[in-house]
Parts: sequence; C-alpha cells; structure tokens
Amino acid sequence: MTTYYSKDHEWISVEGGTATVGITSYAQQQLGDVVYVETPEAGKSLSQGDEAAVVESVKAASEVYAPIDGEVTEGNEALADEPAKVNEDPEGAAWFWKMTVADEGQLADLMDEAAYKAYVDTL
Amino acid sequence: MADTSGTLQKTPLFDLHVELGARMVPFAGYEMPVQYPTGIMTEHQQTRDSAGLFDVSHMGQAILIGPDHETTARALEAMVPSNMVELGRGKQRYTVLLNAEGGVVDDLMVTRPVAEDQDGRLYLVVNASRKDVDYPLIAAGLPDTVRLEIVTDKALIAIQGPKAVDVVAAHAPAAADLAFMSGDFMEFDGIACHISRAGYTGEDGVEMSVPAGAAEAIARALLADERVKPIGLGARDSLRLEAGLCLYGHDLDETISPVEGNITFCMQKRRRDEGGFPGADRIQAELKDGPGRLRVGLKLEGRAPAREGAAIHLPGGAAVGTVTSGGFAPTVGGPIAMGYVATEHAKTGTKLSLLVRGKELPAEVVDMPFVPNRYHRKPNS
Repeated sequence: MTTYYSKDHEWISVEGGTATVGITSYAQQQLGDVVYVETPEAGKSLSQGDEAAVVESVKAASEVYAPIDGEVTEGNEALADEPAKVNEDPEGAAWFWKMTVADEGQLADLMDEAAYKAYVDTL
Repeated sequence: MADTSGTLQKTPLFDLHVELGARMVPFAGYEMPVQYPTGIMTEHQQTRDSAGLFDVSHMGQAILIGPDHETTARALEAMVPSNMVELGRGKQRYTVLLNAEGGVVDDLMVTRPVAEDQDGRLYLVVNASRKDVDYPLIAAGLPDTVRLEIVTDKALIAIQGPKAVDVVAAHAPAAADLAFMSGDFMEFDGIACHISRAGYTGEDGVEMSVPAGAAEAIARALLADERVKPIGLGARDSLRLEAGLCLYGHDLDETISPVEGNITFCMQKRRRDEGGFPGADRIQAELKDGPGRLRVGLKLEGRAPAREGAAIHLPGGAAVGTVTSGGFAPTVGGPIAMGYVATEHAKTGTKLSLLVRGKELPAEVVDMPFVPNRYHRKPNS
C-alpha cells in the first residue's frame, strides 16, 4: 500500500487497483470541529479536480476534490452519523470514499509523505 | 467585513491571544482570535456550561456629552427609534441608528451612567465594522450643545455564562448586584472599570470597559479562575445565532428596517406613536400594516447546514427569501439559520426549503431564540 498526498490536503492510499481517499490531519486541524460530511455514492465517475465530497465545520463548508480520475466504489456512509470521526481519525477510520484508479500516471503528480510534510511546513 | 486593504489593528489583548494559542484572523480591521486550540465546539459549550472570556475591544466605545440627560437623550432620539429620555440611571438599552429610509445603519448599546455628576452623558458601544460610518453620522446629527467623544484608551472584555457573574464578583463584588441591562462604574481589583450586566450570547454575564493598559492583567486574573476559558469569534457567532441575535452586515443592513428585522422590542411605545426618527414614515407604516419581509428563525431537518446566501424556497416552489446567518448550532445539536422571508411565509411552523449545492434542504420556521435565554432578571428591577 502506498499513500500519496495532494496540495488540497487529501490523502490517497492505493492498494491493488483500488484507492481510498480522505483528508489529512492538517486539513482537519485547519477546519476545526467537523459537523457534517457528504460523501459520493458508488458508481459516480470522477475526474481529477472534481468536487467529490463536502466537509463542513462549525465555521464553514469546504469541498473535497478527487485527486485522480476513477469511479467511486464506496462512500463512507458512517461519516454522515459521526462527522466528528474526521477530527479523531482523519487518516484512518474517517476515509471519505474508495475509487478505482483509471490512470496510474496521475499518482506520480502527487506528493509522498515526506514531500507533503515539507509542503505543510511552508504554509 | 474583513479589511485586508491596510494594516490590521491589534487590541490590548493581542499578545495574550497569541500566548494562549489562538488562531488570529482579520476581522473588521483588527487581528482577532477566531478560536483557541480546544476549538469552537468546546468553547461554545464552555460558555453555556460555565464561563467564557471574549475580547470585544475591537468594538467602538464612545460618549455623548451634553448639558443634561434630557438634552443628550433627545439628541440621540433624533437618530434612533428607542426611548432614551426615560432611560433610567444605570440602565442600558439596545437600539439602532437609522438612515432617512428607515434602514439600520448599525445596532448599538446605550448606557446612562448612574452618578448624578455624569448626568448628560450616554455611553455607546457600536460595531467595529461600522465605526467609520457611525461616528461621522452621529456627530453630524448632534445639536451644538451635545458632542461625541470617541473613547480610544479602553478595552472591552465580555464574560459570559452561568458562572460569569460569580467569577467577576470575586474581583468586583458590586457586579453581583447589577440587574440585567444595567451597569455602573466599580473597581476590579482596585482598577476603575465600567461593568454592565449584558452580552450577546443569551447567557447571563457582564461586559467590562477597562483601561487599555490594565486589560491584560484583568483578563489574566479572570482566566486564572478555572471556571473561565478564552472564547474566540467562531463560538461568539454560534452562541449569538442560537440566541437569535442579529449580526450587523449579515442579518441587518442599511436596507432593512427594525420592523423587518424583527427587533421592534427596541422601539418603546412613545417613539412608535410619535415618530420623530429617520425613516419614521416607513417604519410606522410597517408597524401598522406589517412589513413585506420578516427575519425568521429556521430549523433544518437534516444534518447539512445552510449558510449565509442560501435561497429560501417554498418546498418544490418559488423563492421567498434568503438566509442571512446559518450554521451548526452546538447546543441545539443540529443546523439552524436565520433569514428574511416574504411575510406571508413567516409564520411559525411554515415548511420551507433551503437551497444548498442544488439540493432542497427541508426546514421549518421556528420561534427565536433557538436556545432559551438565561439572562439575570430580578423581580423588581
């Protein structure tokens, strides 16, 4: 399993032909208390950069973008009832959706963990 | 609201906010704490359960100074629709500055001092974002015998919550005797302050006007009490929304009258009958015939919040208004909003839809406040 990171603060873990996507710990810290999450439904086709999910804190609503092209295979429905999970375990249980990897080449444009850490340090 | 064009001002508590780990953001020309490390939900609950300390020093403090109360009160009455002449000594009143069309230029608090040697003075607290509009407008409207003095050497600290007055009274015992919406000069650990029993959270509490140079020492003395935690603008907003209170620039603006804004409690009978304030024709007509639109509270059925700007529709039908404030309400435990709707759809219980990301979120018109007020009201005050 390899995990990549986007500049929009999504993480994407790829194993076999399937990717799991969520938001990073840095992102949840910036958002503050998460009160609402809307994840995509299975079957939805996504292109890199599409608005795929919504995460709302007490303060504001933010979009979560698709880091790569592919088709959603599962949305994490548990987040609808327990949005605070995004604050507690953003890079684990609070994944947002699973999707196919349509173009592995797109993963090369994303950051690895070290590069993402360095990127966050510049913010 | 946020002014990013020039240099941001700092309140006397800036260094303390940074030391406490606040996230600072631009707000109305100031660098203000939006939240501390524990986050908005915890800060919100802290204020509802115990006590929270809010730096509201960015707000404008000013004094109207005239020869006697009647003269000063009449001068102010020419600009606002409230009864200022019969405001008792030490009493405080919420009112609005009006433009010639009866629109709200700002909402503000007015306090008449207790002391007889202060007769002829009225203390004003206005919104930070409206100082530059309010002060010239007020100054231009005053007779020669009354002048406006802008206070620049005071900070403003609010302590809000069920334990707020106990906490403050440990340093300023006289604060415990204040009735809701009244205030007086008193010492806080030997420092001369003005303390009033008011606030903007729906909870009991006080607002303290304190010397800028002593503000940090006073804030530290209050925060040393384990019942108190610092609260940022984020929770201030969720608290006031639950309390059904307007935020200027969002729920009130220069096109909205106090009747449309559903704040006619600030207009006492004599003023309603006599008029004599800017825009009286429109406001008196709206009082008589009802306004075309009305500010209402909205409770959403689902979990998704609706934010400012969301269109309000009849379910599956036409647009009837717009959300002006909305978000997740921690004490309610779900999303709430306030907004303006055509008056025929403003009745409590009316089912409406709020349009968010192209979806209709079902909502219902509800009475405000969303969370019961817990102001301190004495039986004989």
